[in-house]
Amino acid sequence: MSTVTITSKGAHELYLEAYNVTPDAFAGKTAAEIAEIECHEGNYKGTLGEYFDIAGSAGATAEETTIIVNGDCKKIKRIGQKMSAGNVIVEGDCDMYIGGWMQGGKLLVKGNVDSFCGIAMAGGELTVEGSAQNHVGSAYRGDWRGMTGGVLRVKGSVGNDIGTFINGGTIIIEGDAFIHVSTHGEGGTIIVKGNVEGRVGGQMVKGDVYVYGDIKYMMPGFKYVDEVEAEVDGETAKFAHYIGDLGERHPKRKGQIVYGNIYKKL
Amino acid sequence: MSEMIIKNGFVFDPLAGIKGEKKDIGIKDGKIVDASEVKKGKEIDASGKTVMAGGVDIHTHVVGPKVNVGRLMRPEDKLFRSRTKERNTRMQMGFAVPSTYATGYAYARMGYAYVNEAAMPPLHSPHVHEEIRDTPILDISAMPVMGNNWFQMEYLKQGEIENNAAYTAWLLRATKGIGIKCVNPGGTEAWGWGMNCLTIHDPVPYFDITPAEIVKGQIQTNEFLGLPHSLHVHGNNLGNPGSAETTLDTLKLAEGITTNNKFGREQVLHNTHLQFHSYGGTGWGDFESASQKMMDYVNKQKNISFDVGFVTLDETTTMTADGPFEYHLNHLNHLKWANVDVELETAAGVVPFVYDKNSKVCDIQWAIGLELALLAKDHMKCHLTTDHPNAGPFTRYPRVIKWLMSKQARDELLHSFKYADKVIDATIIESMDRELDLYEIAQMTRAGTAKCLGISNMYGGLTPGMNANVAIYDLNPEDMPKDPEMIESAFSRAAYMIKDGVVVVENGDVIATTPRKTIWTDAKYPLNELVERDIREKFLKYYTVELENYMVFDDHVYNTVPLEVESPAA
Ligand SMILES: [Zn+2]
Repeated sequence: MSTVTITSKGAHELYLEAYNVTPDAFAGKTAAEIAEIECHEGNYKGTLGEYFDIAGSAGATAEETTIIVNGDCKKIKRIGQKMSAGNVIVEGDCDMYIGGWMQGGKLLVKGNVDSFCGIAMAGGELTVEGSAQNHVGSAYRGDWRGMTGGVLRVKGSVGNDIGTFINGGTIIIEGDAFIHVSTHGEGGTIIVKGNVEGRVGGQMVKGDVYVYGDIKYMMPGFKYVDEVEAEVDGETAKFAHYIGDLGERHPKRKGQIVYGNIYKKL
Repeated sequence: MSEMIIKNGFVFDPLAGIKGEKKDIGIKDGKIVDASEVKKGKEIDASGKTVMAGGVDIHTHVVGPKVNVGRLMRPEDKLFRSRTKERNTRMQMGFAVPSTYATGYAYARMGYAYVNEAAMPPLHSPHVHEEIRDTPILDISAMPVMGNNWFQMEYLKQGEIENNAAYTAWLLRATKGIGIKCVNPGGTEAWGWGMNCLTIHDPVPYFDITPAEIVKGQIQTNEFLGLPHSLHVHGNNLGNPGSAETTLDTLKLAEGITTNNKFGREQVLHNTHLQFHSYGGTGWGDFESASQKMMDYVNKQKNISFDVGFVTLDETTTMTADGPFEYHLNHLNHLKWANVDVELETAAGVVPFVYDKNSKVCDIQWAIGLELALLAKDHMKCHLTTDHPNAGPFTRYPRVIKWLMSKQARDELLHSFKYADKVIDATIIESMDRELDLYEIAQMTRAGTAKCLGISNMYGGLTPGMNANVAIYDLNPEDMPKDPEMIESAFSRAAYMIKDGVVVVENGDVIATTPRKTIWTDAKYPLNELVERDIREKFLKYYTVELENYMVFDDHVYNTVPLEVESPAA
């Protein structure tokens, strides 16, 4: 495993589109070569060397590469976008689209992130130690193909539109969420350990949502069915089980109608 | 006063019967001239290359409100698929429904000069003309949609062809349109009552007229006015198993009708995207190709033409004035859906669609399109379209050409299908050895389409006096590439594209843009008192706009080129 450390110079006026800060793009390159990789600030096409001090060198493949991102990254977007393997560690806060379309590897952000983190994630592990804004693990705007795999964990709280069109994988929010959780859900699992304001499972067809705290306003399209015991994120607990969204179409499997499930901790 | 000569290319010009002969093409002041007239100026060496007129697309959806709904509805169509600003171009957005700029550049890169927007809702014609203005390089015409128009349904029910002709000529002037488009005749209006017209004899509620009467009346109206293009029909029952029967019934309505026009077209009915209308079977289980039956009939008829609507097996956005069909499609795929009613005139629906290579039905659709083109006897009447973006984006034309020109390319794809055996059982594509040649491709993409649209005095050929639109492709007809991918790549990136005498594309890159033109039909047949009163009354009673605000004013239409026509029947 080889490590590249990049340190933001922090002097850019607009937001930096750092879509190439990935083990995939860095693999096989020296610090000098990494400095030549393209990025965008507004409509200006620049190089990573203009925005970061770069030290160390990458491994031969993405798998063998760790990237450590230092400095002020509050205006840097798209770190780890589409990454397929290796490690990225962001030491502080960063901006939108962190780990979007991620396919594999591990991405750790030690601070807070803005919106759209892990959108349409397909694999790998994305962990945010701080809080996140909106559209965590959602589908891209307008798209019906949401998250399909991987584990997305936010240790703090999140905003709205969590896991829209989720179809697979797991989202774990250790703090609170605001509104719209698993809207249009077609599969996958979302766990919220804190409270949710409301609109959980709107137009949900399939998949599971676990809420440990309160759901202030439950959707009218969900019906209580029974009480179940389940193991969630390593601990076992009892939950009230609701099915829905009853206003939505639901497919049949082996003669049984498939519903979306909300489990509220008892 | 610019001059240019294109030397030593292999020229394919079906309008002049030129089949790959080595010939020089002269250009002077934006027009084709005899090569001997060019004394100075730029010389383009086309030796070892194929030279054709600029492409003419007879049926595409690139400008106007439903296209814009498609753009708004699908931000994901732009994701990772947009080109950033390049030296000579503005930013380009989108794949299935590209932005106006992306559209103009992409057609030019493929060597196209002219496209016909196949569905203009009359009420929204100002928007259509605004987008024509904003589409670089291409000359564009648009067809007002009339298959469910209240005026027409009332006149045609009474058999009043002259009144209908007066209204139609007025509507062409009001909207700056080129000809009559008819979509799901009567069915779109019936949908306002929650119904549809699935055969040509299903009566339209309230209006009590049938699709058969609408289509026949529109053909008669078209010939009465002597319009440059024929009636352009998207018939009833599109896209359903068994649609071939309905289509044959529709085509038979043209039997015995002769054309009367000064523009050189021979057909009285153009059936668009025939692929969607050539389905056999009774449901999706026994869904099969009816291409043989369709072409057995079409090949015998002198007075009909068609474009194919090739399925390209892509993710795309369907959009049509066939509102009930889009509703039906949304219930099949549960994706996004938009619908619009256009007052007394028409409607539209928009639904994204994924033609999945692993779906038996999609693969059969793919095969049917190719079969129609390979069974056609006369490629002047069989045109290359994808009904963009309905069956696939127009940027796939080079791929379709590859399939038409190479059995190897078709077979490789066919045998890679998950349900190849079932697809082979339901189609005849595997048994077909025919490979089209460059002359037939030129017929399908420029000469035939220009002739059918009635603009072959200006477009689609390389005769002196015509507009200097010339496409040069890196293909040597005497040494065609063994690898079919090279055919696709040559047609994707024209070596040169010359528009009105200006080199706009070189080696597949856009290097310049030219002012584009709007082509429309100025039918001189006048309004009579009765029709004038009908128009005033309908606007007063039913329309949400005033008549005075309805007609496109001249300043709103960009660089107009009117095709002037006196009614031969008047
Ligand atoms: Zn169409």
